[in-house]
Amino acid sequence: MPIGDVLPEISLTLGAVAIVLFASFVRQRQHHWAAVLALLAIGLGAGLTFAQWGGTPRLTFSGVWALDGVALASKLVVLVAGALVVAMSPEWMRTDRRHGEYYALVLFALLGVIMMASASDTMELVLGVLLSSVASYPLAAYHRGWAPALEAGMKYFLIGALTNALLTIGVVVVFGLTGNTGYTEVAQGLAGGSDSLALTIATACIVLGLTFKLAAFPAHAWMPDVAQGSPAPAAAFLTVIPKIGAAVALARFVSLLPPDVAWRAIVAVISVTTMTLGNVAALRQTDVRRLLGWSSVSQSGYALMAIVVMGVGDQALPALVLFLASYAIANLAAFAVVTYLRGRTALEDYQGLVKKAPIATVVLIMSLLSLVGIPPLVGFFGKLMLFKVTLEGGYAWLAFAAAANTVVSLFYYLRIVASMMFANSRPVVHVLPGQWTRITMVIAGLLILAIGLGAEVLVEYTSAIGFAM
Amino acid sequence: MILTAALGLPMLGALVLAVSNRWTEVTARRFAIAVSVLPVLLLAWAWRQFDPQGALFQFVEEVPWVPSLGMGYRLGVDGIALAVATMSALVFSASIAYPVDTKHQPRQYYAWMLFLQSVSLGVFLALDLLLFYVFFDLSLVGMFFLIGRWGHGQAQLAAFKFFLYTFFGSLLLLLAIIGLYLSVEPHTFDMRVLIEQQPLAGTGLYAGLVFLALMLGFAIKTPMVPVHTWLPQAHVDAPGPVSAILAGVLLKMGTYGIIRIPFAMMAETFARYALVIAVLAVVSILYGALVALAQRNLKRRIAYTSINHMGYTVLGIAVAAAVLSDDTVARQIALTGATVQMVAHGLITGTLFLICGSFWQRTEEYDLDSYGGLLRQAPWLTAFAVLASFASLGLPGLAGFVAEFHIFVGTFGVYPWLAVIGVLGILVTAALFLQMLQKVFFGAMPERWAQFEDLRPLEWGVLAVLSAGFVIIGVAPAFLLTLVEASAKLLMGGR
Repeated sequence: MPIGDVLPEISLTLGAVAIVLFASFVRQRQHHWAAVLALLAIGLGAGLTFAQWGGTPRLTFSGVWALDGVALASKLVVLVAGALVVAMSPEWMRTDRRHGEYYALVLFALLGVIMMASASDTMELVLGVLLSSVASYPLAAYHRGWAPALEAGMKYFLIGALTNALLTIGVVVVFGLTGNTGYTEVAQGLAGGSDSLALTIATACIVLGLTFKLAAFPAHAWMPDVAQGSPAPAAAFLTVIPKIGAAVALARFVSLLPPDVAWRAIVAVISVTTMTLGNVAALRQTDVRRLLGWSSVSQSGYALMAIVVMGVGDQALPALVLFLASYAIANLAAFAVVTYLRGRTALEDYQGLVKKAPIATVVLIMSLLSLVGIPPLVGFFGKLMLFKVTLEGGYAWLAFAAAANTVVSLFYYLRIVASMMFANSRPVVHVLPGQWTRITMVIAGLLILAIGLGAEVLVEYTSAIGFAM
Repeated sequence: MILTAALGLPMLGALVLAVSNRWTEVTARRFAIAVSVLPVLLLAWAWRQFDPQGALFQFVEEVPWVPSLGMGYRLGVDGIALAVATMSALVFSASIAYPVDTKHQPRQYYAWMLFLQSVSLGVFLALDLLLFYVFFDLSLVGMFFLIGRWGHGQAQLAAFKFFLYTFFGSLLLLLAIIGLYLSVEPHTFDMRVLIEQQPLAGTGLYAGLVFLALMLGFAIKTPMVPVHTWLPQAHVDAPGPVSAILAGVLLKMGTYGIIRIPFAMMAETFARYALVIAVLAVVSILYGALVALAQRNLKRRIAYTSINHMGYTVLGIAVAAAVLSDDTVARQIALTGATVQMVAHGLITGTLFLICGSFWQRTEEYDLDSYGGLLRQAPWLTAFAVLASFASLGLPGLAGFVAEFHIFVGTFGVYPWLAVIGVLGILVTAALFLQMLQKVFFGAMPERWAQFEDLRPLEWGVLAVLSAGFVIIGVAPAFLLTLVEASAKLLMGGR
């Protein structure tokens, strides 16, 4: 068994196990050291992933595990995002009795997402989706004494149970059609022609299953609740990281389908519906975290644009990964600010924040403008690449729809900005003590600008990535 | 390096202001004025060094930024860009120096002003499409905060409307820029390559769509009727100096963009639609003038004259683009006129909006009917208002006349009947300015203005500098015309 190929994943697993043991034997007061352990595990995983970079794209473990540019690049994005989530958590979780175990769950969820991104086999995909889901449900409801968190967790779980079941059905039907689970064989089997009704059902089930993790229409309904009700660092995790794995998994799966399934049209419709729905729903929100949740739905819609034109030009996958990376950093920065402000969530609590917490305000404004795509922040390059590949792929109407949606989204992002900058300030602003969250917030803010100005590095590294078949 | 310094120094100044939180209002103000003058000096020096016989773009600087996308930090100027940029830098210095109520946040106010100066100059100095877009968008961000924080009335609403409306325009622009980018091999955002290659010539629908998106994006910014509706409110609720910048500098980004991108890079497509654009420009001219005439609000009235004046510029550009006409001289004259109009309008309308700011500082009242007889109370204010109004209505000897004369001479050569209709606009403009002067400065003075204060030395000093600009251009325009004509000739010769 080529154990060396999954060393990053092993380091995450061992890290999670170590944390569980650590948390069982160490006093609760010392549990923030578990965050250090988690960061070490993630750092080790990232280092090992770097070591794999640059090899020829290939499949390993009898073809179920992809080691290609897309998998490695999205793995790195997931790990960096995971590190940011871990680093913003300790002060928030300090008072929770089960502080330490939280990091183990985060690592397991990261592992699940990485499996989704790397799976080159339908069974492996199901495994990844289930692992990340199972680890995510408790994250959403981590404060189990608090009703909104429970409600968010419950909604997340119910929608998840349904869509995961559909995903499994889809996988079973594909197996029935082709007699195989490996992507290479499935693609060959489908290319030979097959029962189109069964294939349509299978495609619908699998796409639906993945839209859940992606928080795209029609399985997006959990996102605003989770963003609003779950612990702020967990919300940061759940609004960002599962999306990355799911988008890559969806791209991998639809690239297997024969052209007569019209998957481009299906994904395009999901894309437009998702971005429009997310933006329209966010327009009237008076709750910042819920607003960020809806905005996160709409951002999934943008990400899908790259999948629509996959294979037309050679830059669609780089654009997808670049966009996901830019979205991840901006959204994590926004949630780091929310965490730093002790999860304050009503829009009116943000009034005049610039006077009391100028640094948090600046980071939040930068992250929101980056989500809109204002240059030279990192989000601009994500959107630029998306627009470029979409126009190149001949989907000008889709690019135009995204542009119109971006204008709509500017409106609600600006409402937060205006409230922080123009209104009179509240007398007291409570922030988390300690340095973990604060420093994470500042680092995320700096990354938004630094990666924007140094976009060349990202663009160049991702420019040649593709799938291994 | 001179261009980088011109846009980099204000940006550094803005950063310094943002972090030095011990500075008093006076220190912040002096610092900001000093920094804002530097680009003016640098650009004036560049003007002296500019060789009208030389290449189209001079002082070129190039540093790769995202080379794998063909994007670079490329700066450079032709005569048109240099003239507009120098004017912009001057209007910024004047606006920053002009006294205003900073609402206890002087550092932030001056920092945003310097930031805006930097990115606005960036728009005019960029030689890279994407860099152009970066600065174009950042100017919206700066303006949003300036209007929202330091405006009055429904400032936040005005700021929102401004940002959303013009951001829609700039996204169309982005799509069009990508369209242009994809049409050259190898893909690049380098403006010089695109101007030289004219990549979309003869591609029919594709070129038409790109052209439409570009023109719509720039028309919103310019603004042209019927996409002008963000302008009046943004102007009315912005503080005077910010209005001066909005009218004097930000509107120029629209017309400058038309010259730099569709005019220079898509000559063939532009020629096909030149008549349509010219007709729309004449509509803007007449509509802007007539609606301005109907305004009872001082600032709204001046705001609408901007639509009228920018209409002349667009008319000049459209005439210059009409390749089907073989009257090359007329077309060159029209393009020169369009550029001079940009410079003249920046200085003149900048002055008028600063004067509006002075009114607001004193009275918080823009209603024309509430004024009267201020001549005796405030002779200096009257003098500058009269001078700027006459310049704006195109009195010979002032800059507006030089510009409009060139534009109409050019238009007569190409579309004589449009020139005839367009001249009516000047007539209406004259009427509306004379009526405004008569209402505010002549007649009986209402009791409530008995305490009305005349201009303070600082105010008239600033106004004198701007006025000197449009008087000099009016009397001895040669220094400006040589610069602009050289580039106009090269731009036309390239086709």
